[in-house]
Amino acid sequence: MDITFLLNGETVELSDVDPTATLLDWLRDDRSLTGTKEGCNEGDCGACTVMVTDEDGAKALNSCILFLPQLHGKAVRTVEGASSPNGDAHPVQQAMVDLHGSQCGFCTPGFVMSMVASHANGTTDHDTQLAGNLCRCTGYAPIIRAAEAAEQHPVPEWITGDQTFSCSKILRGEAAGRGAEPPYLPNSADELAELYAQYPDATLVAGATDVGLWVTKQLRNLDPVIFLSRCEDLKQITITDEEIRFGAMVDMNRMGAALSDLHPSYAEMIRRYASVQVRHAATVGGNIANGSPIGDNPPALIALGATLHLRKGDERRSMPLEDFFIDYGKQDRAPGEFVESVSFPRQADRLKAYKLSKRFDQDISAVCGCFNITVSEGTVTQARIAFGGMAGTPKRATHVEAALIGKQWTAATIQAALPAFADDYQPLTDMRASATYRLETAKAMLERYFLEDQGEVTNVLEVSA
Amino acid sequence: MSVTKPLPHDAAPLHVSGSARYVDDIPTPKGSLHLAFGLSPIAKGKISGMDLSAVEAADGVVMVMTADDLPFANDVSPSIHDEPLLSDGTVHYVGQPVFLVVATSHLAARKAARLGKIDFAEETPILTIEDALAADSRFEDGPRIYAKGDADAAIAGAAHVIEGSFELGGQEHFYLEGQAALAVPNEGADMLVHSSTQHPTEIQHKVADALGVPMHAVRVETRRMGGGFGGKESQGNALAVACAVAARATGKACKMRYDRDDDMIITGKRHAFRISYKAGFDENGHIQGVSFLHHAICGWAQDLSLPVADRAMLHSDNAYLLPNARIESHRLKTNTQSATAYRGFGGPQGMVGIERVMDHAAHALGLDPVELRRRNYYEPAHKVAEDEPADKPLGHPDPHEDLTSRGAVEMGDAPVRPLPAGGNTTPYGMEVSDFELHGMTEALLKSSDYAARKAAIEKWNAENSVIKKGIAFSPVKFGISFTLTHLNQAGALVHVYQDGSVHLNHGGTEMGQGLFQKVAQVAASRFGIPLDMVKITATDTAKVPNTSATAASSGSDLNGMAVKAACDTIRDRIADYLAERHQADPSTITFTDGHVSVGEERYTFAEAAALAYQGRISLSATGFYKTPKIEWDRIAGRGRPFFYFAYGASITEVAVDTLTGENRILRTDILHDAGASLNPALDIGQVEGGYVQGAGWLTTEELVWDGKGNLRTHAPSTYKIPACSDRPDIFNVALWDSENREDTIYRSKAVGEPPFMLGISAWLALSNAVAACGDSYPALDAPATAEQVWHGIQRMKGDI
Repeated sequence: MDITFLLNGETVELSDVDPTATLLDWLRDDRSLTGTKEGCNEGDCGACTVMVTDEDGAKALNSCILFLPQLHGKAVRTVEGASSPNGDAHPVQQAMVDLHGSQCGFCTPGFVMSMVASHANGTTDHDTQLAGNLCRCTGYAPIIRAAEAAEQHPVPEWITGDQTFSCSKILRGEAAGRGAEPPYLPNSADELAELYAQYPDATLVAGATDVGLWVTKQLRNLDPVIFLSRCEDLKQITITDEEIRFGAMVDMNRMGAALSDLHPSYAEMIRRYASVQVRHAATVGGNIANGSPIGDNPPALIALGATLHLRKGDERRSMPLEDFFIDYGKQDRAPGEFVESVSFPRQADRLKAYKLSKRFDQDISAVCGCFNITVSEGTVTQARIAFGGMAGTPKRATHVEAALIGKQWTAATIQAALPAFADDYQPLTDMRASATYRLETAKAMLERYFLEDQGEVTNVLEVSA
Repeated sequence: MSVTKPLPHDAAPLHVSGSARYVDDIPTPKGSLHLAFGLSPIAKGKISGMDLSAVEAADGVVMVMTADDLPFANDVSPSIHDEPLLSDGTVHYVGQPVFLVVATSHLAARKAARLGKIDFAEETPILTIEDALAADSRFEDGPRIYAKGDADAAIAGAAHVIEGSFELGGQEHFYLEGQAALAVPNEGADMLVHSSTQHPTEIQHKVADALGVPMHAVRVETRRMGGGFGGKESQGNALAVACAVAARATGKACKMRYDRDDDMIITGKRHAFRISYKAGFDENGHIQGVSFLHHAICGWAQDLSLPVADRAMLHSDNAYLLPNARIESHRLKTNTQSATAYRGFGGPQGMVGIERVMDHAAHALGLDPVELRRRNYYEPAHKVAEDEPADKPLGHPDPHEDLTSRGAVEMGDAPVRPLPAGGNTTPYGMEVSDFELHGMTEALLKSSDYAARKAAIEKWNAENSVIKKGIAFSPVKFGISFTLTHLNQAGALVHVYQDGSVHLNHGGTEMGQGLFQKVAQVAASRFGIPLDMVKITATDTAKVPNTSATAASSGSDLNGMAVKAACDTIRDRIADYLAERHQADPSTITFTDGHVSVGEERYTFAEAAALAYQGRISLSATGFYKTPKIEWDRIAGRGRPFFYFAYGASITEVAVDTLTGENRILRTDILHDAGASLNPALDIGQVEGGYVQGAGWLTTEELVWDGKGNLRTHAPSTYKIPACSDRPDIFNVALWDSENREDTIYRSKAVGEPPFMLGISAWLALSNAVAACGDSYPALDAPATAEQVWHGIQRMKGDI
């Protein structure tokens, strides 16, 4: 496959690209750009962070689980390109030096690139922007001081130049981007449907935040591969009076932004969902289609009454999202069929999404509980409750729902409903949590929902000294 | 002078531009090969058969080696030769290297390493303390016991007795740069090794033994590590030896770096402990006696476990004068990764033990935990050392000047404690003559507004049912020196070129702590020249031989002094030469502001160097230093193992969600003693980073093994070190402005490890918050994950 992208301001054209070669390996091994580091090779430490600019703007991404074909038509900037072509330091680089933001220096290039991207976008929620970058030396305080100090400096022109590039002919699909054989880079859902029908054994790659690990950790050979990164029509977010619909290729950051006013608790859960780098890559569709029992998105969508829209060739079908998850590792998806979008009805916001993990940021949930309970005149009129981490699939708490619907919205009702959790879930013990803790905290989340509704302070993240 | 200036890390401009070079970034010769280990999938057993044909046939594989293919020593142990590079037929833990793949790429080697077919006669592994005790599986014949007075009798006669036991988990280093080595065969039998190691001399030694050559044939170079934290004191041996052996066998340069999962599965971690305690206190909260039982999980090989477990015993007093103490330490051998050095080297475990006792006792006696601690502190320095001035650091109050005003803390009438027989000594008989914590505690309580905040927290807890807050204070007294006395030595090599530029080399390694910069500041100060005239160079066994590991916080103390000696030798030679030339007294010649002044004559340092060169004066010198005053008998547990102590104090406030146990740090205040700091910016960096790493150890960092000995937390997806938002919301760190009472380099103090233990206050604060849920003592284990805290809350509520 032939691809073209911009690397630190210079056009790169590659032929016969190995579809599962990672950007990180290519930078280090083929280009001798060793500034970008491998810390974990699974997208969890951020040492390999680069900035990728496309029509959506500048994004920090983990290059260790980013395949080269995903870059076609985009602008990549590595730490070597953070400073100007004649060597002037970027403001975040200078601030990191002046304020002692580096010690061993190994995580530093990744931090710098997260900060360069964040600086380019004018974001100042540094804890969130840097949640995907681990540092073992500094305790983070000096890095945050550096990020704050850099805020006052303008975005250098060598950085803004990347955005101009993303409007070039490459993005418009006028340059080469497809080879004669798989892997493929379809440009639309229609092209994808046609290809996938033809190659139903192909691996679909959306953001590669999961598939990337099949390659870097499981060392699997994926062949053939179809990349969805250029299917612009799958990236649409449609909000009408009736429903909210997300195309399969909507990334989690965009989803979070779209929900921030409509369902703020959901948006806050997404803020803690992996890291900025992972959310820039991870997609709504990928997160559903891989069927993980511990993904945070499905329980929230199920609680909102979501419908999943699948497509195979020209055939389309829809189903309640919870019905898609048949069993652990098994989904209701035919060969050649793919997730096109997911939608849920517009509704008054009663959703609370509670994510419980060992660490607040960038951690897979031990339990993710999502509650959507409607109370009218003191009575529960509707309850949709779904959990991740409690069963082999994302799963609704039907017994708990039944124990609430039609009852008075009181502490006594909550207490009476708690035993029903054991009817809905028999969770497992693993390295994230014990079965007991999972079951008991699932109950505690219902209590939290009630207490929060009564105006009690229940969020440890909102408390200060 | 260059010393005392808060200069950035010397490599900071390289770090931020991605041009700082680590082992894996070094350009390799064409045809270089890459290595990976095939690992044992079982925890204990004998290899009954091995079929490596698929490995050999895999793409890119050049060679596969087993123990039988090793020409000389099959040994990467830093201690008693119990650690083969490749399994000698038995396996002792899941992840033990069994065979070595040499291939044309890192990926090819990794892929092939998974294709080995190994048959085992599997045995039941020893995984827990109970397993090990039942099998009497241990290092050393029996427990080590250090004692002072009669602890059992003192406890029996005490008014209040507390008793308990808790689990204290291990810790993965999680250096961001994984283990890595590159061996380049040179002419003849010579080998050049680049290693990410804290201990180049040990790498040199192990490689020489593996190649069957003298040490002079092996040169090890280490420019920097991407973090070490103790994890690169001995754990890099296997990679370096593997590379050297494969390079010798193939004639090609060989490189090995562990993938993160392999790194976590193969290498050792901090020792997990179970600590059981019994302590007696009088009515006033004065400790009468304490007895500790340590069970340390050492893993399969001895590695550095004995000195680690010793140091845990040596810190079982922390800041407290224990009239009677008994510490019994069992070093258990298990079929898990071989536990190894980790920042604090056992000290943190020992310290957590006594801090737990103090926390428990304060709860039992109903005393303020800070007050209880202060009553049991060692006597202050100037009270002990009458011959020394009763100096008081600038800007800090001396509590002995005004005993009636205790500032922000209600002291009441502090009862006077009679100095016990044996004086102000540790349980191992060392006099504590530099105790700084009285003044530091007073200053920290004031600057942190402790008393008012404690009251506010009590009010909050009375008004809120779901979120409870807690606050806690903990002090640190950490002994500085290697307990193996002969390691307390260092060498340096300094050249002054005829243009006045200086080449600096010493035995210490740079792992991010800023050692190179601090030592360069010393060199610049000795010559009175700007820092940019001093070139910092990679640690190199060919320049400075027989180095000790950069460990035990000793880097700047030892290497700073060695460099000072080398610089002074050259300076004195220049001075003597110029004195003769000008018929002046050498002692009147000054080296300041980049100039050398002889009477009225003023030369630039470059001119002075050129003159000395023309005068045929040697401008190159070695320097050497050995720490004075120390002697230690680790069997008897008697002597002076430490040159001095470094001190620190911290106060942490936390919030706990009682529904789920989720918790976080709201505010931390720290006052830390770095002596007369060589570089306050770098030292504060060690304090901030050390605290967060220490708090991580005791909160979110949980290592989980399954029942077959598989480590289930072997990647950052499952092992959670603190992330950005886990640092305290408010984080006030200050240095205690005071000189070292011992004659160290510019009267500074070691700062690498001591701040790690400031994180204990975070664990104690969680205990304090959980205590608000009921009347009993929370008795948390560590790490206090959300789940642990939740269990503690359930116990308080009496639900389980």
